[in-house]
Amino acid sequence: MTITKAPMKLPANLASNPNLSRWAKISADGSIIVRTGKVELGQGAVTALAAIAAAELGVPFHHVRMESGDTTRTPDEAYTAGSFSIEHGGAALRHASALVRSLFAEAAARELGVEPGDITVSDGVFHRPGHNEGRSYADLADKVDLNVDASSLPAPDYLAPPDGDAEITRLDLPQKFSGAAFIQDMNPAGLAHGRVLRPPHPHAKLVFLDRDLIQEMPGVLALVVDGSFVGIAAEREEQAIKAVEVAAKSAQWFIGKQLPPFSVSNDWMADVTPAESSLLLDEAPLEGGEAGQISSVYSRPYIAHGSIGPSSALAHWTDGRLKVWSHSQGVFPLRVDLAKVLGMPVDAIDVIHAHGAGCYGHNAADDVALDAALIARAIDRPVMCQWSRADELSWSPFGAAMRSKLDARVGGDGRIASWTYDVWSPPHVVRPGGATGVNLLAAYHLAEPFEPTPVRSPPQPTGSGDRNAVPIYDLPGRRITHHRLPQGPVRSSALRSLGAHLNVFGIESGMDELAETIGADPLDFRLAHLSDPRARAVLEEAARLANWQSRGAGGEGIGFGLGLARYKSVGGYCAVVAEVEVTEKVRLRAIYAATDCGRVVHTDGVRDQIEGGIVQAASWTLKEAVQWTDEGLTTQGWDTYPILGFAEIPPIHISILNQPDAPPLGAGECAAGPTAAAIGNAIAHALGIRVRNMPLTPERIETAINAS
Amino acid sequence: MSSANLANINLFVNGNMHSIKASPDASLLSVLRHDLGLGGARIGCGLGNCGACTVLVDGRAMQACNTPLWSVGASAVVTLEAHETHAQLQAVRDAFLEEQAAQCGYCINGIMASVAALIMQSPMPTRADIIAVLDERHLCRCGAHPRILRAVDRLLAAQPVSAS
Ligand code: FES
Ligand code: FES
Repeated sequence: MTITKAPMKLPANLASNPNLSRWAKISADGSIIVRTGKVELGQGAVTALAAIAAAELGVPFHHVRMESGDTTRTPDEAYTAGSFSIEHGGAALRHASALVRSLFAEAAARELGVEPGDITVSDGVFHRPGHNEGRSYADLADKVDLNVDASSLPAPDYLAPPDGDAEITRLDLPQKFSGAAFIQDMNPAGLAHGRVLRPPHPHAKLVFLDRDLIQEMPGVLALVVDGSFVGIAAEREEQAIKAVEVAAKSAQWFIGKQLPPFSVSNDWMADVTPAESSLLLDEAPLEGGEAGQISSVYSRPYIAHGSIGPSSALAHWTDGRLKVWSHSQGVFPLRVDLAKVLGMPVDAIDVIHAHGAGCYGHNAADDVALDAALIARAIDRPVMCQWSRADELSWSPFGAAMRSKLDARVGGDGRIASWTYDVWSPPHVVRPGGATGVNLLAAYHLAEPFEPTPVRSPPQPTGSGDRNAVPIYDLPGRRITHHRLPQGPVRSSALRSLGAHLNVFGIESGMDELAETIGADPLDFRLAHLSDPRARAVLEEAARLANWQSRGAGGEGIGFGLGLARYKSVGGYCAVVAEVEVTEKVRLRAIYAATDCGRVVHTDGVRDQIEGGIVQAASWTLKEAVQWTDEGLTTQGWDTYPILGFAEIPPIHISILNQPDAPPLGAGECAAGPTAAAIGNAIAHALGIRVRNMPLTPERIETAINAS
Repeated sequence: MSSANLANINLFVNGNMHSIKASPDASLLSVLRHDLGLGGARIGCGLGNCGACTVLVDGRAMQACNTPLWSVGASAVVTLEAHETHAQLQAVRDAFLEEQAAQCGYCINGIMASVAALIMQSPMPTRADIIAVLDERHLCRCGAHPRILRAVDRLLAAQPVSAS
């Protein structure tokens, strides 16, 4: 049964949470509870983690019950983000599960009077080979103490990991398909409803509020005003909503500072002094390269996470302690910032993860937790605070707007000779949990406001605004610069793929533009600059799926375009071919994608993430932009912030290149950049005209046609 | 606190008559969720733009956030919680589970309700008809559309579901 010896060194997340009782609880009643600090965000991570733990414990998948993201009992694995749930969370959980199994195997050996090495486990029962007598986890539960430090134990053996195609179904779907399942659906006794009146403009300050008027509204239980923070608790939800409407009419605001004019190409970024410009690569350009030359500017706007469910949190104070239920990506870091704002010790706060709608990064989940805590502090009841759709689309942190510029030359031999790329971006990672400062919205609005946490930019190779700014190709003469801008007109933080969406769009558009200058086929041109065998494999597979050879000269309204990247430069590979038809609108006719995310833990889970990543990135790329005027943000609802709909979903063909001997890499984000690039390139192929500022809307395409 | 605008209202939900105290202007969604404790109909936008809140009212898919209580009258309301007793809802749910047709699953309540309403029609609508309704009334942010449409295909391929 043993297939490999585990590494001596504990995986990082286990080393920082070494007590095994934080990872598992096994009881004499037969229950096997597995604990993870990673949480289910709709991406299927907890299901895949359950499969990893079950395989390593030697129990059937469905015997495992998962507990996740709970400061009172699970390990602290910081955030569920960055496509690291399986790579890091899975590695730690696998090791912890193997240690648990080893301790139980030792107990079984003592019971059966044999050496631990003679014990095998199957279906949760420890046996001596050839003997029927065995001991189950339940039988041994009272004989094994999991309150033990993992670093004090010898390295365990690993069993075979899940093979990807095992009968694994999502653990969370049956309940989500039956009734109450999400945080918004929690309905404890005595529940009161909280709402916040947000300022009408990012720089507005409250100067007047008719408090008596609000307090006398039907059902209002409390009005919490602190600086420009206005929170209301009411008996019924509709009463809280009504009270906020009335408060909005009575409130007067002072707008201290204007927003820069909205521009489709983010020209305002040129006027901002970077917090830091870092030169990632500075290589001498090659001689020659006179055959073709490009100088192009690409951009994307701020993009909303746009969860379908409103950000919500349930907070309840009892005896000076605070308990919060949250759909945050990081319950432990959230607790740290809550403690700073509320002026209490971290361990007087419990934060427990509850299902929310998909978040795709750092949305307002954390912000609303502070809102709920501030409002609930005023009354002796649990408060469910919920954001309005308008606030969700105008006050949540957004995916950062970005701009990039590529200057490159290619020689008559078809080889790129120089590549100068600059990318400008406000921050992408502005999460709670830092050593100093606070990253929660209400904290900035209080009468004594908190400073934001100083932004730390994750270094290369993963990066943030510079994520995937270094091309996957074998290029000489690279000069790549990341201009890290301070916060822009609106708040930004992590949105799925961070800077990779624009950087891959820019690099892959540039590859097509360079190929065009010398009349090369975009696929051949890429392959000529690509030695990474796994990258070549996904590229060739996507091209094969799409029947790339039939692509033709284009220019007739139908186009094929390619996009390729290795996410974060060290993560999953993905190549996408988009087939589009451009008339008065852009229609996606089909998407073909090939991915290599290392060893696949759950094949349908990978497919799900790639499909969803493609659809979401197509939506960003074709439709989405957070916009504003002098009066404030104009995107206040789905009517002003449209996203891709059912009638616009193309057939999506996916090929997953499993690598059973390679470590698993995340799948959630690797499709975003390549999808954007493939669509941009396909539109350019269809029309012979390129649009470089996302979103690639019919209006912008028409403008480009008229300008050509 | 005042309860001046509250009235006694009878509501027929999932086969049972409920007597509640609420404002006739309150949305059906808020009453289902908070007064009857039926969380299956989700709160999405609250503005009739996303479909997360969709329930069946006399067999028609209605956005509960946009449906004032007074307009419901004696109609029969069916929510996700009735999936075991409502033949079409059950058939839809089985197909969605079979295809693992969700990511976060937040939009799925409403989509299942709309699809259930559609397959109650005779003759059964086409795939294109169903897509048109989903396009008009439902948003999914996770990009679960491909698997949702696979679940629809599975339903269409199955025998027509007999009325309950
Ligand atoms: S919540 Fe009813 S349509 Fe969005
Ligand atoms: S599955 Fe998440 S919104 Fe549709």
